[in-house]
Amino acid sequence: MFYIHCPYCDEHREEEEFHAKGQAHIARPLDPDACTDEEWGNFLYFRANPRGIHHELWVHAAGCRKFFNITRDTQTYAILETYRLGEQPSVTSQS
Amino acid sequence: MSDTFTAVMDQLPTADVLARSPLYQHSALRGDGLQLQENALATQLVIRGNTDDASFVQGVAKATGLALPGNLQSEANNDWRLRWIAPDEWLLTGPANAAFTMETALRENLSGHYAVINVSGGQTLVRLSGANARAVLMKSCPYDVHDRNFPAGKVVSTVFAKSQAIISRLGDDEWELVVRRSFADYIWRWLVDAGQEFGLSEHA
Repeated sequence: MFYIHCPYCDEHREEEEFHAKGQAHIARPLDPDACTDEEWGNFLYFRANPRGIHHELWVHAAGCRKFFNITRDTQTYAILETYRLGEQPSVTSQS
Repeated sequence: MSDTFTAVMDQLPTADVLARSPLYQHSALRGDGLQLQENALATQLVIRGNTDDASFVQGVAKATGLALPGNLQSEANNDWRLRWIAPDEWLLTGPANAAFTMETALRENLSGHYAVINVSGGQTLVRLSGANARAVLMKSCPYDVHDRNFPAGKVVSTVFAKSQAIISRLGDDEWELVVRRSFADYIWRWLVDAGQEFGLSEHA
């Protein structure tokens, strides 16, 4: 089980309270009509599946019901940081 | 004064309108150091807005007499209790039959980007008190309800008995749960079951 820090409640809570919502920082194409099928398909369906550091979107479903991001190591399961929507991660695979 | 036009309905305009709490079939129970009772038909309003907006903060304070509480906190006076739910959301609970008056007062004092929603019919309040109340909560949710983590005045929304509840600690031995209407009967029965070892029974 994860013990996750909610950046809005500012407290650690059990994983049971949260839902994972997949990869974070996926920007919707600004003009969908101008997209090629490939660009739109990539936005809708294709996701990274890295071994190592991954940024994920989670929601505090049973708590404050806010969405936030988690930087997590998929190899060790370690949660490296949690941060609010609109913020950028301080831990990345480059750093 | 509000600059939006919203139809505010008085859901209980006269005393003969039938209002029934979701736990009307259950009466208050008393065990060994444990009491369980519903605070039936209480007024419950969800207030949403931005704390950076000074007029919102002042408007709520003027209408309710309570300051907006910060993270996981609550503010209360004799009649009303204002609970923090999320950074932009609060739950105001108070006496029965006061929803219309309070909602009107809030709308008169607020303007701009805000929301007031009457959720009185959607959820109910369950009061759990006595020295063994904490032991019952410990069996029911994964959240740490120890004194050092859960002092009086704190409010936590969490998973509770495979459902969800907003748990508030009103005093040392005084707890209050806000539960969804459709889960109320199930949670009540769960609490009675959890309180069995403290002498709680519906078949006395």
